[in-house]
Amino acid sequence: MATPMLEIKHLKKYFSTPAGQLHAVDDVNLTIEAGQTLGVVGESGCGKSTLGRTVLRLLEPTSGEVLYNGQDITKFNRKQMLAARQELQMIFQDPYASLNPRLSVAEIIAEPLIVSKKYKNKKEMYERVGQLMETVGLAPRLMNSYPHELDGGRRQRIGIARALATDPRFIVCDEPVSALDVSIQAQILNLLMDLQDQQGLSYMFITHDLSVVKHISSHIAVMYLGQCVEYAETEELFAHPAHPYTQALLAAIPVIDITRRGKRWETLQGEVTSPVNPAPGCRFAPRCKYACEGCHEGNMELRQISAGHWVACPYAK
Amino acid sequence: MTEQEEKQTYKKRSQVSAVWHRLKKNKLAMLGLIILCVMIGLAVFADFIADYDTVVIGLDTSQRLLTPSLEHLCGTDQFGRDVFARSIHGGRLSLSLSIISMSIAVAIGAFIGVVAGYYGGRVDDVLMRLMDILLAIPPMLMSISIVAALGQSMVNLLIALAIAYIPVFARVIRSTILSIKGQEFVEAARACGTSNARIILRHIIPNAIGPIIVEATLTMGAAILVISSLSFMGLGIEPPAPEWGTMLYEGREVIRSSPYLVIFPGIAIALSVMSLNLLGDGLRDALDPRLKN
Repeated sequence: MATPMLEIKHLKKYFSTPAGQLHAVDDVNLTIEAGQTLGVVGESGCGKSTLGRTVLRLLEPTSGEVLYNGQDITKFNRKQMLAARQELQMIFQDPYASLNPRLSVAEIIAEPLIVSKKYKNKKEMYERVGQLMETVGLAPRLMNSYPHELDGGRRQRIGIARALATDPRFIVCDEPVSALDVSIQAQILNLLMDLQDQQGLSYMFITHDLSVVKHISSHIAVMYLGQCVEYAETEELFAHPAHPYTQALLAAIPVIDITRRGKRWETLQGEVTSPVNPAPGCRFAPRCKYACEGCHEGNMELRQISAGHWVACPYAK
Repeated sequence: MTEQEEKQTYKKRSQVSAVWHRLKKNKLAMLGLIILCVMIGLAVFADFIADYDTVVIGLDTSQRLLTPSLEHLCGTDQFGRDVFARSIHGGRLSLSLSIISMSIAVAIGAFIGVVAGYYGGRVDDVLMRLMDILLAIPPMLMSISIVAALGQSMVNLLIALAIAYIPVFARVIRSTILSIKGQEFVEAARACGTSNARIILRHIIPNAIGPIIVEATLTMGAAILVISSLSFMGLGIEPPAPEWGTMLYEGREVIRSSPYLVIFPGIAIALSVMSLNLLGDGLRDALDPRLKN
């Protein structure tokens, strides 16, 4: 097998807090092939966003490797990293906060081009900006507008245009649609998928919205408290969820079904345990209805239960 | 692509004009701006209005303590000097001293604040503790002791004021930087590989400019007060040079018989401080592009 485009190996990100070590991302292993979309799902605070930011070295990893085309970018120096950042980009969750309110639309999109020094000529650069705006479906007349004058969908398009400016190969999408209306969400998702088809992009798509992730991802990784508990192709995961946590997540998707009227949904009990100095064993064990004594000790390694389907639960089948 | 070039220049102009447009709507700010412009104008052209050597510091015992009249708009003092002429010449000193000292304080304070706020950690700790030490002494007391230590001169007064206000700016700017630093657009800039210098200059400072300008104008008003107070106490501008505080000091002896000797410099101080405050408030609003017209 050829080297995958992006390989995350034993990636850890701990934060020091007064209470102890916060294990935001704990020993995550994932691979993303060129042209694929890896959906990362999990509830709030499970370390999804931290994972995305650590992969791009917006946060320095505590340990572990991020291999991009076989090279470990966590060991890159400043200059190498600047070059790598051209190809590894990010789309942010909040289209209100992620755009500098003092810069016009054209200036925002031009920023990565200026930083990368790709264009010496201003005219050429703004031609490129115009082209990018067309790609993401922004009218050229908005060039001199300011972000606050535009709606959420248009702002997110600006964010996408900025991410595309330097012809990236891999984009981390950190909940790019969760701040938008449902109708706009569909537009943005379709735009992202079209772009993927046209430019062969790879995405790491971070979200808590299972319907979104089902729509866009080819593979899904389920995270719980900083750990990846299940990884499989999208259809496989939705058809045969193996980890009790994944099962609970999928069971929580509302289904329109008249025969279910009046029946109670089976929901997860209890709260997420603290990610600060977590207890050994399965982190989901305190909430797991199948939990037994063995779950509270040892490390839960991902194991393959069928081709390409990995689960971190010793009892899952 | 001449069309695009035109668009670019058009936009650059419109950004300044947009700020001006918003400022124009604020009547109080405009009032402050007009008063300030008049005062600066008077100060700049003071030499054409009244000759310094003869009218402003020249003694004329025959003209002592005249009440305001057409000839002497604000009357004359006990040495026979025209109070109006002295007031506008005094504006020269007060306004230029406060502007220069504030510029120095803003420049150094902004640098310290940006470095401390952006880099954080130990740099922040060291710089801010230093600022705390300076802040522990009130600006007034600080200026007095610096002038007393260095000797009484205009340059020393400038240094004293700048040092006294550097920690104030450093604090304000640091806290502004801290709140902006955590925002996603800074992270987005970092994700493109933007250098720290560029992030600070292009992304952080433009967004921090509002608080900086407001603080600068407000502090300029305070600086005028400090300069006047120091002069009043005999530590600032030395007589016979006309400074508003010096004039107050000289006038206090005859305050019962000739109150206009202190009223006019007093009004000058009050007007300049007030207009700076009004303008500062207005600018803060006008500089924020998020505020709708």
